[in-house]
Amino acid sequence: MPPTENTPTNPSPYETAGTTAPSTASASVAPSSSAPPAIEFKDVEKSFGSTTVLKNLNFTVAPGERVTLIGPSGSGKTTILRLVMTLEELTGGYIFVDGKPLTFEERDGKRVELPKKQTRAMTTRIGMVFQQFNLFPNMTVLDNIIEAPIHVLGKSKDEAVKEAKALLEKVGLGEKADAHPTRLSGGQQQRVAIARALAMSPEILLLDEVTSALDPELVGDVLAVLRDIAETTDITMLLVTHEMQFARDVSHRVMMFDGGQVLEEGTPDQIFNNPSHERTRSFLSSVL
Amino acid sequence: MTDNFTSLLSFLPQLWEGVQTTLILTIVGSIGAVIIALILGLAMTSEHGWVRIPARIVVEFFRGTSLLVQLFWLFYVFPLLGVDLEPMACGIGALALNYGAYSAEVVRSSIKTVAPGQWEAAIALSLSPSRRMIRVIFPQAWALMIPSLATLLIQLLKGTAVVSFITLSDLTDKITQLRQSTNETYFAFTVGLIIYFVIAWLIQELMNFLERRATAALGRSRPNSRNDRRQARRDARMSKSTDPGSTSIAGPNSGNIGYGGPL
Repeated sequence: MPPTENTPTNPSPYETAGTTAPSTASASVAPSSSAPPAIEFKDVEKSFGSTTVLKNLNFTVAPGERVTLIGPSGSGKTTILRLVMTLEELTGGYIFVDGKPLTFEERDGKRVELPKKQTRAMTTRIGMVFQQFNLFPNMTVLDNIIEAPIHVLGKSKDEAVKEAKALLEKVGLGEKADAHPTRLSGGQQQRVAIARALAMSPEILLLDEVTSALDPELVGDVLAVLRDIAETTDITMLLVTHEMQFARDVSHRVMMFDGGQVLEEGTPDQIFNNPSHERTRSFLSSVL
Repeated sequence: MTDNFTSLLSFLPQLWEGVQTTLILTIVGSIGAVIIALILGLAMTSEHGWVRIPARIVVEFFRGTSLLVQLFWLFYVFPLLGVDLEPMACGIGALALNYGAYSAEVVRSSIKTVAPGQWEAAIALSLSPSRRMIRVIFPQAWALMIPSLATLLIQLLKGTAVVSFITLSDLTDKITQLRQSTNETYFAFTVGLIIYFVIAWLIQELMNFLERRATAALGRSRPNSRNDRRQARRDARMSKSTDPGSTSIAGPNSGNIGYGGPL
């Protein structure tokens, strides 16, 4: 039987981690830094056909900060994550990662698209975990994890395998390295997907409703793994979730979206206990 | 009837020559068709119009014109343009181009059918476009395209019969000769049907084998395969005698359920 509980008793930092992690997962103050923001949205616009999803969106996420996006369905939260991962094309504006343009830059007053290779070099710093896991069914668990470290980061196979096995141990699936993704439960697949994203040593981790497709009894294991990452690493996280308790525990900041705009933002305490907008209050009362 | 079999026996060496011609056309034509299908099919999935549009035009052209006319073009028109091709090369070329164009559409649609989440995960891992295709998308699309390719390759086998129009003596041609020598229309064409059927059956078995391998690589089995039915019977027997709590989380027959994302 695979383990049902995943709370490591000896939480050592991930191999992908730095050492300046906050001491508790429930830190309520964002890490201050003079470095450029990990993520910056500048006048971002996104439309699908004639439907505008995001309009004149501006915000920054500091390095090491964990930000949760909440809001009603269709408010553009997932689109924000997908824009950072370059899964959607920007309609207008700019996104910067570590102060550098991601897909478009301004040159002589004109908005110019960057070469795909340059964008791909930037995205190696970004990892994403999806609602539907999206493991590659034609590869074993281990191959899923080592594919990109070997072929994108240029690591040796031995090194990649060693790191992958350490990550699988971390997510409580050490014995599943040679298993086929289809033979795993949803919760196990999602933990492999998290290990796969971490194997790229991302500076930024995007979590898109990672527990929404799971049976309720499997959610706990996945959240335990994510809490552990939050506690033991300084990876910048941008997450969309319906797990409000989890959001409250791990986030430095919560942003409430409505109609493609930031309606209000603040510490989890402010947003969950004392929201200033009626719209936020009614949204929270509908999901809590 | 005995006379017929005696004539068939004496005709066997010639018949075998015809079978060989048909097999060469089928095998080399199929290889050519698959290569053309992969090139055009992949080109049609390109995001660049200058790659996608010419590929689409070529596919539509060869799908939309008759195999026989294409064959005549290679055999009769090319020499007028100063290109002389052997009849066998004309036959293989026409079959490969015609069925390659049909198969290209199968390749294209199978690639497009792979779940969008698979493309997205590959992009999220910053895999290069070629790596995405070779390692992630194509192996999954391959499993989807095999059944349709099997049908097309069997059609290609049957399409080889047109080469007798360009002086090649294939199975159909030999069967006609057998009919003339025995004067038994019923017997000769029945022999023809049986031989074509056996070759088609061999192609189908080969494609079934490839499909089983491809789906096994995806951790699945073919829907309602022999193994599935056997496993289901075994499960039914087991569930009567053992504690159901001892099975794995994914379940004993989870291979058929799918793999997380939609297919």
